[in-house]
Amino acid sequence: MGIIGEARAAEPSGLTFLQISDSHVGFDKPANPNALGTLEEALNKINALPVKPSFIIHTGDITHLSKPSEFDDADRIISQARLDVHYVPGEHDVLDEDVKLYRDRYGRGTKGAGWYSFDANGVHFIGLVNVVDLKAGGLGNLGNEQLEWLENDLKGRAASTPIVVFAHIPLWSVYPAWGWGTEDAARALDYLKRFGSVTVLNGHIHQIMQKVEGNVTFHTARSTAFPQPAPGTAPSPGPLKVADDKLRSVLGITDVTFKRGQQRLAIIDQPLQR
Amino acid sequence: MTTIVRNIWVAIALAAAVLAPAAIFPTAFVRAAETEVNIDQFTFLPQRITVKAGTTVTWSNEDDVPHTVASSSKVFKSKALDTADKFSFTFTTPGTYDYFCSVHPHMTGAVVVEAATGSNAAQ
Repeated sequence: MGIIGEARAAEPSGLTFLQISDSHVGFDKPANPNALGTLEEALNKINALPVKPSFIIHTGDITHLSKPSEFDDADRIISQARLDVHYVPGEHDVLDEDVKLYRDRYGRGTKGAGWYSFDANGVHFIGLVNVVDLKAGGLGNLGNEQLEWLENDLKGRAASTPIVVFAHIPLWSVYPAWGWGTEDAARALDYLKRFGSVTVLNGHIHQIMQKVEGNVTFHTARSTAFPQPAPGTAPSPGPLKVADDKLRSVLGITDVTFKRGQQRLAIIDQPLQR
Repeated sequence: MTTIVRNIWVAIALAAAVLAPAAIFPTAFVRAAETEVNIDQFTFLPQRITVKAGTTVTWSNEDDVPHTVASSSKVFKSKALDTADKFSFTFTTPGTYDYFCSVHPHMTGAVVVEAATGSNAAQ
């Protein structure tokens, strides 16, 4: 470890990372005929940030149809950030029956359909998968195996450890009539309730929503591809077509900063264009 | 004249045999029933249909996002259907077949299959 490394280690500074979500590479319908183009705009925005984030988390729906070419295109654009990217799959990334395409690319070191945890600057990050083995009439689903793993993963950790959980479908009931929630999230949140700072980052609904419940802050990020309607304001949650000159104001990236000593992480959503 | 008529029948029989291998069985000359279900605005329309045994049901996706048609008891399952893609399944056994979209499981539907009777029998 050189001088620079030591200087950094001595600095009690926090951690800044970035969330992107729902890039839907391959989507070419009227709501956004060029989803790959807007993903590239998002990456340009990331590369221009004044504070370079430590890494990126992608909360799923990397692709629209789980096609190898879509995964390849997404990788080609996202790698322009030259940052580590921690993924969880969305339902659009696991359209092949055995989740092979996603796991071959992103599954190294993960369990089950791709869940895992890691630590950065004293913050414990947990990536969960709630888009496989969905039940008729139900919502997002974590499943018993993953929940047991989560319980073990948290066991023995100090309650003062800041926790960031990220998954594709919201872990709180945003709008169950459109499937915007996770069937067995309550059990996951039960394991998390003893921790003083819990941040839950989701995607899936292509719009910003935030809720604070006790020590838990829930937040959903914008898509980089297309917006979806606010709950109940349209016949279905399908892609929302907005005026061409408005599209970039409803797409965006999310910047998250953790400062030691502060319970809540600072979450700042930035549109691609104001 | 008789020869021509006979030749026409031979031609029809040959055409039927070539176009539909199943046509070698006489009852197959009765056109099998077909019906369609649209997938639109994250809904199966109609959501519940009743058909005679032997009916082929074709689902077609009208949405801008992919959906699947998956039997709750795993009798049938489509691949992900992109916009305008179709999936067909022929129901031969009476019963109620609940199904859902495995991508958006809040989307559910049912096909009720009744025993085939009379001349509409396709098998």
